[in-house]
Amino acid sequence: MDKTANILLCGVGGQGILLASEIISSALMNAGYDVKQSEVHGMAQRGGSVISHIRFGKKVYSPLIEPGSADIVVSFEMLEALRYLPYMNKKTRVIVNTQKILPAPVATGIDTYPQDILDRLRQRGLAVFPVDAFETAKSMGETRAVNMILVGALSAFLSLDEKVFLQVITGRIPEKIRKVNTEAFIKGRETVSALQKKKTKQLRSN
Amino acid sequence: MGKMKARAAVEKKVLLSGNEAIARGAYEAGVKVASAYPGTPSTEILENLCTYEGVYTEWAPNEKVALEVALGASFAGVRSLAAMKHVGLNVAADPLFTAAYTGVRGGLVIVTADDPEMHSSQNEQDNRNYAFAAKVPMLEPADAAEAKEFLKIAYRISEEFDTPVLLRTTTRVAHVKGIVTTGSVETSSVKPGIEKMPEKFVMLPSNARKRRVELEKRMARLREFAETFPENRMGWGDRGKGFITSSVSYLYVKEAFPEASLLKLGMVYPFPEKMIRDFASKVEELYIVEELDPFIELHVKAMGIRCKGKDVIPSMGELNSHIVRKAITGEATKPQFELVPIPLRPPNLCPGCPHRGIFYGLSKLGVFIAGDIGCYTLAALKPLSAMDSCICMGASIGTAFGMEKALGKDSLGKIVAVIGDSTFIHSGITGLIDIVYNKGFSTVIILDNRTTGMTGHQPNPSTGVTITGDTGTGIDIEALCRAIGIRHVYTVNPNDIEATQKIVKQEIERSEPSVIITKAPCVLLPEMKKRKDKKLYIVIPEKCTGCRTCLKLGCPAIEWAPLTPEEAKKLGYKETQKGYSRINAALCDGCGQCAPLCKFKAIIVAGEDNG
Repeated sequence: MDKTANILLCGVGGQGILLASEIISSALMNAGYDVKQSEVHGMAQRGGSVISHIRFGKKVYSPLIEPGSADIVVSFEMLEALRYLPYMNKKTRVIVNTQKILPAPVATGIDTYPQDILDRLRQRGLAVFPVDAFETAKSMGETRAVNMILVGALSAFLSLDEKVFLQVITGRIPEKIRKVNTEAFIKGRETVSALQKKKTKQLRSN
Repeated sequence: MGKMKARAAVEKKVLLSGNEAIARGAYEAGVKVASAYPGTPSTEILENLCTYEGVYTEWAPNEKVALEVALGASFAGVRSLAAMKHVGLNVAADPLFTAAYTGVRGGLVIVTADDPEMHSSQNEQDNRNYAFAAKVPMLEPADAAEAKEFLKIAYRISEEFDTPVLLRTTTRVAHVKGIVTTGSVETSSVKPGIEKMPEKFVMLPSNARKRRVELEKRMARLREFAETFPENRMGWGDRGKGFITSSVSYLYVKEAFPEASLLKLGMVYPFPEKMIRDFASKVEELYIVEELDPFIELHVKAMGIRCKGKDVIPSMGELNSHIVRKAITGEATKPQFELVPIPLRPPNLCPGCPHRGIFYGLSKLGVFIAGDIGCYTLAALKPLSAMDSCICMGASIGTAFGMEKALGKDSLGKIVAVIGDSTFIHSGITGLIDIVYNKGFSTVIILDNRTTGMTGHQPNPSTGVTITGDTGTGIDIEALCRAIGIRHVYTVNPNDIEATQKIVKQEIERSEPSVIITKAPCVLLPEMKKRKDKKLYIVIPEKCTGCRTCLKLGCPAIEWAPLTPEEAKKLGYKETQKGYSRINAALCDGCGQCAPLCKFKAIIVAGEDNG
């Protein structure tokens, strides 16, 4: 693969996007790719909107994804998927955690949370893969595993062996919460694999 | 922190951020002493370096002290490092300019992490200008792998040329992870020990004048060195367009124009003039691509070479490959999807933040709030809108006092200074001394949340905990204020909004200086996260009248549920009630600041009798 591939993660400060980015980037490195991953710390993390750029390929130069060139977007919060539309193109695959985290203007009643986010993405011809990561994580008894469910969801689109990810998770996550995070990864991966199969079937029947 | 991790000795590929790579580079360069003050995007350098064995690391009270400690270590013959964000170098500029005269014994490198785009800073100054102004060589890595190697090179240059060396990163180097190959640890040939060299180290005018001459000789030698320095390198491709660039801008040019000819400057000061002339003569059109100031461009133009630079490349904010391509070709590729209007998501004080209540109280008083640098600067945002100035570390106290002196007695009760604990130690103390010494009556509120919050919870001198987790003597802020001569010092619990407000009202009217210390730990500290007695507050829906008072706190846990007249009626409210407040249980941290604000007693602790 000569062309550099672009993965954009977006969401809200505190959702574990930086750890998710690190795990994805490490897995890509272990699979033999050159990788660059860019993020911003400090002021941006206090409940604000957060993005992380991951670029991989044979040789990566710029650490930043250009507008319109994200191959995959993983939105850790539903509204954030709309915010980063300019990074997408018609071929972008968009994984959306359907969890809502109200931004301050919405929480205080100044603004309203858009109702039709998934439709608005689909209307633009985007392939949308909704994942209810928060509810899934909750049912597993660990709401902080949302990020690992989404890493699993993303992994379904990459040609890397599942084992590469699992090795990175084992090396990076403390033992106490390793099992639940591994299960979360697998759950996310299965969810999106199932959605992919469904989409392929739909395409065939069309 | 506190634990020393096992480290790979040699040749292993690892994924590191620029800051982690600099820490690794410092370890491999055999650095023995490193000092820093936390500041985005530089903080992780010391946070990582403190996990390596054999390096003394510390958080200094400010950047000036950090550089002086590093300079002292260099005088003692060991390799040393000082790290800071761009504005930190303003604080450390005093020792920097004279360290250029003294030179070094052990290698001395100062890392300056600039923040184009101001992701987490109050300005986007270009610290390459410091290299020129202080007459110190500066290296600029483009990514993590270079950051590690350049740091090691910087130590060799420092010792060979007897000079401090600046290494400049930006956010997109410091916080970009990339693949780095680890190397082995090298040792300096300088021998540690005390050596008295007054002509070199005592900058009396008579000595300084001699060192001034040495400094010029050194710069001349460094200019020669720059011509053959392997990290100033040319890459030939299409000669129609040639680019001179450095740092992460180089990567943007490579991405946008993969076929172009390039001169990449690994050392941006002093310049390799012969190399630049040679390169310029071999390309048809010469472009200088650099973020922020026209630093390289001015120099190239001063050499009489025609080039394009800031006439097309933006001088504000970060660049990226898209901006560079558009600026040079004029081709604007229109994105397939435009931005859509959606609610903004500004950063906010966390639920349970002990700073929230004090700012709510101050906003009620209508006073001018001279603010400072920290998480609490976010109080300037709606709905609190409780900060009227914020300049630099420590400025709250001086600016409040200056306003008071300008307006005289009329300003009594109308101005307060608000500053965090770490910021107070950094550079607020001298401002407070000014108030006492020059007979002011200012009220200074010190927000003591037992940590340096915004940069990710580093301990500071008032906590007494060191970077490696050792506990020592904490600075007693209250005793310090009294020792300075403040007679009225109060320590209050800011979560008790009413009691705090009473003291604030009393003190701002006092015609003597006073200090109010609001003491409550940051809720993100591990001990606060783990606490078992955390309460959950709830709104009793039928008691809420929709007055929206609680929403004025701006707590992310308090949400507004809007109602149509029909819905209101159905729920038993007056038809005119526009909505009601509710508390998001997943977010509430149980600080209780909201409960007493509700005149209708609708906010209670879950499971407790409403009385």
